[in-house]
Amino acid sequence: MRALLALLVWCAAGAAFAQIGQQTEADKRLVDISAELRCLVCQNQTIAESNADLAVDLRRQIREQIADGRSDREIIQYMTDRYGDFVLYRPPFKATTVLLWLGPALLLIVGVLTLRRTLRQRRALMADAPLDEEARRRAEALLADNEEERNDT
Amino acid sequence: MSKYLLPLGVFITVAVFLFYGLSLNPREVPSPLVGKPAPAFQLPVLHSPDKTFTPKEMAGKVWLLNVWASWCVACRDEHPLMVELSRRKIVPVVGLNYKDQPDDAKKWLRHFGDPYLTSVSDLEGRVGIDFGVYGVPETFVIDKDGIIRHKHIGPITEDALKEKILPLVERLSR
Repeated sequence: MRALLALLVWCAAGAAFAQIGQQTEADKRLVDISAELRCLVCQNQTIAESNADLAVDLRRQIREQIADGRSDREIIQYMTDRYGDFVLYRPPFKATTVLLWLGPALLLIVGVLTLRRTLRQRRALMADAPLDEEARRRAEALLADNEEERNDT
Repeated sequence: MSKYLLPLGVFITVAVFLFYGLSLNPREVPSPLVGKPAPAFQLPVLHSPDKTFTPKEMAGKVWLLNVWASWCVACRDEHPLMVELSRRKIVPVVGLNYKDQPDDAKKWLRHFGDPYLTSVSDLEGRVGIDFGVYGVPETFVIDKDGIIRHKHIGPITEDALKEKILPLVERLSR
């Protein structure tokens, strides 16, 4: 009798845990998907973070679609069909977003090239200016003056 | 001279982009639904909930779908224009009563006037989501074939009506 009871409790616990496991799997997907989507009402928050009415509704929509067995991609597609690429925190690479994706790299390349050119010019300037006789004499005179002053003090 | 030309050019380019950015409204997100068929739906009519309305009933007509709610303060701004539009019988307007209590909605219409050919209740906002609604009010211009031709986000203004919506309606009605 006791053994049977123990078995019963064990089964019930197992079932309960299994259910919790399932719940958290769906919840995790819900969080993952909604963290990828921008809330259109408060535009700097994700649908996962926002408490706006629309975000609550969209989370409900995502939860239902997960329960229906739709894939993450299908759910994201569902959102972009209605709200456009703007809802994606990681916009797709296409003609209208080329500047967005490549702009920073382009700026970096331009910056590096400019820096290289400037450094080269400066080096060339320094190497090409040897002292002529006149300048050398003046420099020596100045140094000698300096020497005298230091000896005076 | 050419030494200053490049930084000046960069400065002007950046300034032009930033200045253009100032005139953009980040709240106006272009809708991917423009140019596509209006989503199908079937919703209860606000004033007689046992009847339903579907956009198919408007086939062959140019019409407006106006998303509104009694809790929406900005809707009051545009409402007189809607009433005027209906009084002049320029274009039929269907109201999508978005996430509202039917009783509140009916009271609101009695108070401010009812410009709608018919209003339908979208209690849970599901049809709103299908239309990509994210802020009330919003207005869609739908053509004879049921294609969405324009989406106006926020309250309709006299300018928007005169310069964009009415000319578009006229062109589509031909």
